[in-house]
Amino acid sequence: MTAIAIPVPSRIRRTVGTDEPAWVRRTLIGLALAFLTLFLFVPLISVFYEALKKGVDVYLAAITEPDAVAAIQLTLTVAAIAVPLNLIFGIAAAWAIAKFEFRGKNLLITLIDLPFSVSPVVSGLIYVLIFGLQGWLGPWLAENDIKIIFAVPGIVLATIFVTVPFIARELIPLMQAQGTEEEEAAVVLGANGWQTFFRVTLPNVKWGLLYGTILCNARAMGEFGAVSVVSGHIRGSTNTLPLHVEILYNEYNFAAAFAVASLLALLALVTLALKTFVESRNKQYQENADEH
Amino acid sequence: MRKLHSFKQHSVLPGFNLALGFTLVYLSLIVLIPLSAAFIRTSALTWPEFWAVVTTPRVVASYRLTFGASFAAALLNAIFGLLVAWVLVRYHFPGKRLVDALVDLPFALPTAVAGIALTALYAGNGWIGQFFEPLGIKIAFTPVGVFVALTFIGLPFVVRTVQPVLEDIESELEEAAATLGATRLQTFSRVIFPTLFPALMTGFALAFARAIGEYGSVIFIAGNMPMISEITPLLIITKLEQYDYTGATALAVVMLVISFVMLLIINLLQWWSRRSAAI
Repeated sequence: MTAIAIPVPSRIRRTVGTDEPAWVRRTLIGLALAFLTLFLFVPLISVFYEALKKGVDVYLAAITEPDAVAAIQLTLTVAAIAVPLNLIFGIAAAWAIAKFEFRGKNLLITLIDLPFSVSPVVSGLIYVLIFGLQGWLGPWLAENDIKIIFAVPGIVLATIFVTVPFIARELIPLMQAQGTEEEEAAVVLGANGWQTFFRVTLPNVKWGLLYGTILCNARAMGEFGAVSVVSGHIRGSTNTLPLHVEILYNEYNFAAAFAVASLLALLALVTLALKTFVESRNKQYQENADEH
Repeated sequence: MRKLHSFKQHSVLPGFNLALGFTLVYLSLIVLIPLSAAFIRTSALTWPEFWAVVTTPRVVASYRLTFGASFAAALLNAIFGLLVAWVLVRYHFPGKRLVDALVDLPFALPTAVAGIALTALYAGNGWIGQFFEPLGIKIAFTPVGVFVALTFIGLPFVVRTVQPVLEDIESELEEAAATLGATRLQTFSRVIFPTLFPALMTGFALAFARAIGEYGSVIFIAGNMPMISEITPLLIITKLEQYDYTGATALAVVMLVISFVMLLIINLLQWWSRRSAAI
């Protein structure tokens, strides 16, 4: 057989035995889209519809009143502390796990993933058991007038707990796939550890790192259950954006609740857009790397 | 140094001790010590005391709702997740890339936002609830509402575990089946589905595990009536607000043990998926 590529018109290809008839295809696409519409698209659209239902003035008033602004500031502050700490942790964990062979590695990976399988409510509760008034350190903290539970430090701790795995689990498989040859070459050529990391490892994993950071940030800003347990819901001081949504909703102030919720929905959409962009860049990067 | 070498293979790369040391300290302070607090606190109870706290009728009713609704939601997601993954991998339609990106929305959208949006939609006067109201079906503020919220939360898991496996299936297999006279349905049920099955089970288990612990989206839509529409995580919060730390912690330990069992099952399923993908 000579290898001559014969262009096959798509209409003929369709009759091959590994394709479904058109009506089956259309029905399946229709069913899938109907399911997604009911459970995904309509809820997303309804957030913005409900937020703007009473007009732009009501919307703007809801997101600029002092308690809402305080909630925005607190949410940004918490993320600004939790995300960098988990970034450092993710890099350290990935360096140890991906670049070295040692015993107990699989156990360590499972432990890093642990917060994903713990209920958010339990994640908050365990900090109350340590730092709360009845907790292990409670009496000592009260004596020294340090507040952790029902204050910002507790919110930060609970947020760190629920977002611990994001960056590490993104980096570990990526750095494992890259191997250690390039780093070893750098070290043999006289680079120190930090130079090796910043000049060799980091450029190779930058998109994965960014991707993990984006997801970590989205969860840090949106966490509800864990933060709800440790926050104490004090308006203007320990209320994050998601908790502010709950308070407004429970006061039957629906327009304001959805207005604040729409900010979080926008954050989610920006996260998804960045994620899609990073994924396509990552794919391109890997295809280029494969060619060379 | 000798001791270190016995558990770590030699490498010319620097930074192992610093990186592993930091990882272990951070993980201990943030995750392991706080989690152990729940177990240590509960160990103050005797076994019969513990058992009495975690099996009162109200608590048992909350288990039934939490597990029942989580199971039903994960099952619906298994069926439709498979369908969505199939449609995204095999077919072309306008807006496909947008749909693909939006499947991850439940991962990115804060649960409180999902909760109030679903409640507004599925309430008796909501966009979707109004069609069910005349039929005498109430969704929001009933156990069905819990099921709706948990379906939303678990939606991406099955799609995202099945999708890559489906992409990797060799077309030769399907062509061989077709050449040997199999109908399309036979090819799907005998060739494609068995290949996807481990990934499907993994996705189901991930969605189920996530649903069991879910709190934020459920409390708005559930109505939270004791014995009827009260989930276990909410019961933990209720006990905490009544300063019943022992009761809250005992329930937390039950939830933690279930999470650990689920984690073990998911790890086994993933191992199974990888092994069957390798063959």
